[in-house]
Amino acid sequence: MSHDNSSPDFLQHHFHDVDQQYETAKLGMWAFILTEVLTFGGLFVAYVVYRSWYPEMFVGANLLLDVNKGLLNTIVLITSSLTMVLAVWAIQQKKQKLSLFMLIATFLFAFMFLGIKYLEYSHKFEVGQLPGEYYSYMGPEIAHLNNPHIFFSIYFIMTGLHGLHVAIGMGLIAWLIYATAKGNLHSKYYTPMEMIGIFWHLVDLIWIYLFPLFYLI
Amino acid sequence: MAENQKQNYLTHPKGIMSWLLTLDHKRIGLMYLFGGIIFFFLGGVLALGMRLELAAPGNDFMSNETYNNVYTLHGAIMIFLFIIPAIPGALGNMLLPLMLGAKDVAFPRLNLASFYIYTLGALFVVYTIIAGGVDTGWTFYTPYSTTSTSNVIPMTMGIFIIGFSSILTGLNFIATIHKMRIPGLTWYKLPLFVWALYGTSLVQITATPVIAITMVLLILERLLGIGIFDPALGGDPVLYQHFFWFYSHPAVYIMILPAFGIISEIIPVHSRKKIWGYKFIAFSTLSIAFIGFLVWGHHMFTSGQSVFSQIVFSFITYFVGIPTGVKIFSWILTMYKGQVSFTPPMLYALSFLFLFTIGGLTGIFLGAVALDIHLHDTYFVVAHFHYVMQGGTIIAFLGGLHHWWPKTMGAMYNQTVASICCLGVFLGFNGTFFPQFLLGLRGMPRRYATYDPQYAELHNYSSFWSGILGLSIFIAIMNLLWSLRKSNKLDPGTNPWGAMTLEWTHTSSPPHPHNFEEEPVLEHGPYDYDKVIVEPTFKK
Repeated sequence: MSHDNSSPDFLQHHFHDVDQQYETAKLGMWAFILTEVLTFGGLFVAYVVYRSWYPEMFVGANLLLDVNKGLLNTIVLITSSLTMVLAVWAIQQKKQKLSLFMLIATFLFAFMFLGIKYLEYSHKFEVGQLPGEYYSYMGPEIAHLNNPHIFFSIYFIMTGLHGLHVAIGMGLIAWLIYATAKGNLHSKYYTPMEMIGIFWHLVDLIWIYLFPLFYLI
Repeated sequence: MAENQKQNYLTHPKGIMSWLLTLDHKRIGLMYLFGGIIFFFLGGVLALGMRLELAAPGNDFMSNETYNNVYTLHGAIMIFLFIIPAIPGALGNMLLPLMLGAKDVAFPRLNLASFYIYTLGALFVVYTIIAGGVDTGWTFYTPYSTTSTSNVIPMTMGIFIIGFSSILTGLNFIATIHKMRIPGLTWYKLPLFVWALYGTSLVQITATPVIAITMVLLILERLLGIGIFDPALGGDPVLYQHFFWFYSHPAVYIMILPAFGIISEIIPVHSRKKIWGYKFIAFSTLSIAFIGFLVWGHHMFTSGQSVFSQIVFSFITYFVGIPTGVKIFSWILTMYKGQVSFTPPMLYALSFLFLFTIGGLTGIFLGAVALDIHLHDTYFVVAHFHYVMQGGTIIAFLGGLHHWWPKTMGAMYNQTVASICCLGVFLGFNGTFFPQFLLGLRGMPRRYATYDPQYAELHNYSSFWSGILGLSIFIAIMNLLWSLRKSNKLDPGTNPWGAMTLEWTHTSSPPHPHNFEEEPVLEHGPYDYDKVIVEPTFKK
């Protein structure tokens, strides 16, 4: 990390220099990532507890999820992580336009992810594979299973919270697109892009755990 | 002196918007203090209401339903709106950057955002009160909390929101402590209050997300019947207790660690002696923070745990005693052969040592499975908890307020009145809560509005002294506020206790809007009373 150490306008008054500001932001961001991991950690614990209580039900109920859509979404989200990294790389290399293009691509991939998720959710709503009390699906493939609504409770809460993160990420990336287009972010100051990038990789990483846990095993 | 015309953060800049939109950590600290004191008052009034009801057997003033609401609100308000945010939010915000020689915390805008998130959460709690209260107890145990018709959702929503404020403050402090220190201020030269805030912040960012998600699950359980905590739908109410205590046990260290930090500042300064066992105190903070995550099961000895988990949780619980004991002995050894002066902050610190030790020792009773089966959900738990939280945290908070009041407000309170109030708090506190240990041992269960006549004498005694306690705290706070009158300004160079941390030696009282006129240069460690002489100065 090499920065110009004069006092540029993006340096906030309470920092000595650009390096201190950058390092502080990075530390704060990683601390925030830790809190995110623990938030989802609680839900992963719930998943593990109920999977160990109802192993057959979990194995049976996951067959009701659409593996193809899940796989497609995994590919979409991993690709969006790649474009996000490329956006940061491009701005470091002073390639403003390329960076902007990559950000827009990331945004569109995120949109695509939510679109596919919407299709999955709406199908589940139609057939009544819903959380808790609202569960009404009684298909033959799960007729012999106990409490399949628990599976869908956990599925909807975890993927729903993840989807919320994708939506928040889209908002942040939209802001990055605006800031980059305006020239507020450039090769000397791109900290927000890197930080939002870290957030975006976390969102991606969580999905990489959710996909096999719900769709595959 | 020309210095009297100098700017300070209280008077510059002026105008209500300069306060509401301030990014200055000192002003944000004061706003936290203001909010905290309001809720402290509210929670205190509820507590006195309970003691009034309990002064004699029978439902004298309240119905059982009202009483359920009162103790729930007392607990939730005191814990989530006062104790957890008060020390880090008010004193931490005020002092941390000053102690580090920094101009501000790492993320000033985030800091202001934490305050407003706290305010938003507080509004939800206030709404809960207006809408008729909530009657589940501050622990919100399922299945009652999912079936109760009271306002569980706004209350838990408020706690969920305040959690974010707590997380963001913790995150901000961690980044500040790591990155905002002046050159030469290495980890072992930090004041111990900073170490305490560091340990607290670590717990805040690692435990609070779990309570946040637990509250979300509880709200969803009520709204959608997701079945996770509902046995009728194949769920498990005990899982709720695990989730809740996985946060709420570490949360008691969020409440007590900053208090330890305050005591570590007050004792060496008012004994004029170098702190004994600096590194021991620093690392015991971190080990308490760590061990605190492994003991949550000791709240659930009667919830149907396996005997094996009971033994393991009981065993680990005793480890907490080691770092805590290390601290207590270090403080006592610091006073040994020091020039102890019985100033109001020191009186609070001495009360803390006495009361917290009782709280800690009775914790050993409760950590033992066999005894806990008998004592669980009795007044013994109530008394233990209050000895640790009020006798510990709130006493330390009051001590800290008195210690740093001349620094942050530029005014000195009446020290005689303050000392008498401290005595009143000490006596009133023991009078209120010591009988509750006996009540608990004799089987009086907690959370009841009425009781058998055999408990009447001790309850009556407890209620009488709670009045003394409440009155003493009220006068102590009024005494502080009364010192703010115009004619009572101190000279900006005042260092009444002769302390040698940066906030005392390198900036005026009250501090400059940007903390220091020029960046401080570190000349000595925080407690080098054996090497340097800093004379107490006290001028009007």
